[in-house]
Amino acid sequence: MNTPALKDWPLWEVFVRSKQGLEHKHCGSLHAADAAQALHMARDVYTRRQEGVSIWVVPSAAITASNPDDKGELFDPAADKIYRHPTFYEIPEEVGHM
Amino acid sequence: MKAPVEYLLHLADNAVVLGQRDAEWCGHGPILEEDLALANVSLDLIGQARLLYQLAAARLGGDATEDKLAYFRDDTEFRNYTLLELPNHGPLVGYAASDRDYATTIVRNFLYSALMVLVWDALEKSADADLAAIAAKSLKEARYHLHHAADWVVKFGDGTEESHARAQAALDHLLPYTEEFWTPSAAEDTAVAAGATVDIRTLRAAWDALVADTLAQATLKRPEVRGYVPEGKHGRHSEHLSYLLAEMQGLARTHPNGIW
Repeated sequence: MNTPALKDWPLWEVFVRSKQGLEHKHCGSLHAADAAQALHMARDVYTRRQEGVSIWVVPSAAITASNPDDKGELFDPAADKIYRHPTFYEIPEEVGHM
Repeated sequence: MKAPVEYLLHLADNAVVLGQRDAEWCGHGPILEEDLALANVSLDLIGQARLLYQLAAARLGGDATEDKLAYFRDDTEFRNYTLLELPNHGPLVGYAASDRDYATTIVRNFLYSALMVLVWDALEKSADADLAAIAAKSLKEARYHLHHAADWVVKFGDGTEESHARAQAALDHLLPYTEEFWTPSAAEDTAVAAGATVDIRTLRAAWDALVADTLAQATLKRPEVRGYVPEGKHGRHSEHLSYLLAEMQGLARTHPNGIW
């Protein structure tokens, strides 16, 4: 007896790459008994309108996420470092388009 | 050479009747993802039926249309396998929606799609070019249907005690109906003679192997089959088909020239 009962199905995050896209984008999540089933269900739930040519599924439990409470210390220090943006620099005219 | 219309109707009726049965789950699936998956299967089947009815109507000529073939023929004119018209529950159970049994639906889809991956594969090489084109499109769909159903058969069989018992009961109930696959009808014989299809009996070994492989993974036992061979494809149906058609055809018959 290898398939878990419905209430024990783990959650999976679904990533789909569109025909034009170069990267897989997160598009949602679903419950499934195992990875193969998650892939099939993702096909039926998220690519019904030809949205994708490739699907990844990842166990949600395998994702380590940042804590929203830490937002301040993680992201605010970057706010005043405008020199990290290319627009901070003036480009000499001789360079032309970059 | 062209396939006889009777043979096209056999294929079309199979697809539309199972499409209708599977569609009964729409909005009532066990989980959201599966509700969508089964509706997808259903829409594939109805799409196959449309192509086949359109081809049959074109060959019949006159005022034949796909809608007339689907909605204005009576149960004795339908040429589908009896297996496909059976309700989505086991024998000796009431007709309430809550009596629907997903294992019955899945096992039926499994037994039928295991046949159709072989039939469409053979029909891709049909001497009937129109039928071969429909087969090429349908084969991809049937492969997905088989994958989907077989996956669930394994999960049910190799799942909890209850899911195993339900899957085994569904298999015991439905497998005897597959005997009908292997006794060719006159329409099938004519289609074989025209080079439009293969003798269905030549597919039996491959079907047995497909079924055995999945049942082994699912730890399910294949019941012994003997006795009665259903004759749905000859137009002799169970009592369930006319109820199914009443629901499917009611709207079109109440508003015969309705357009929507």
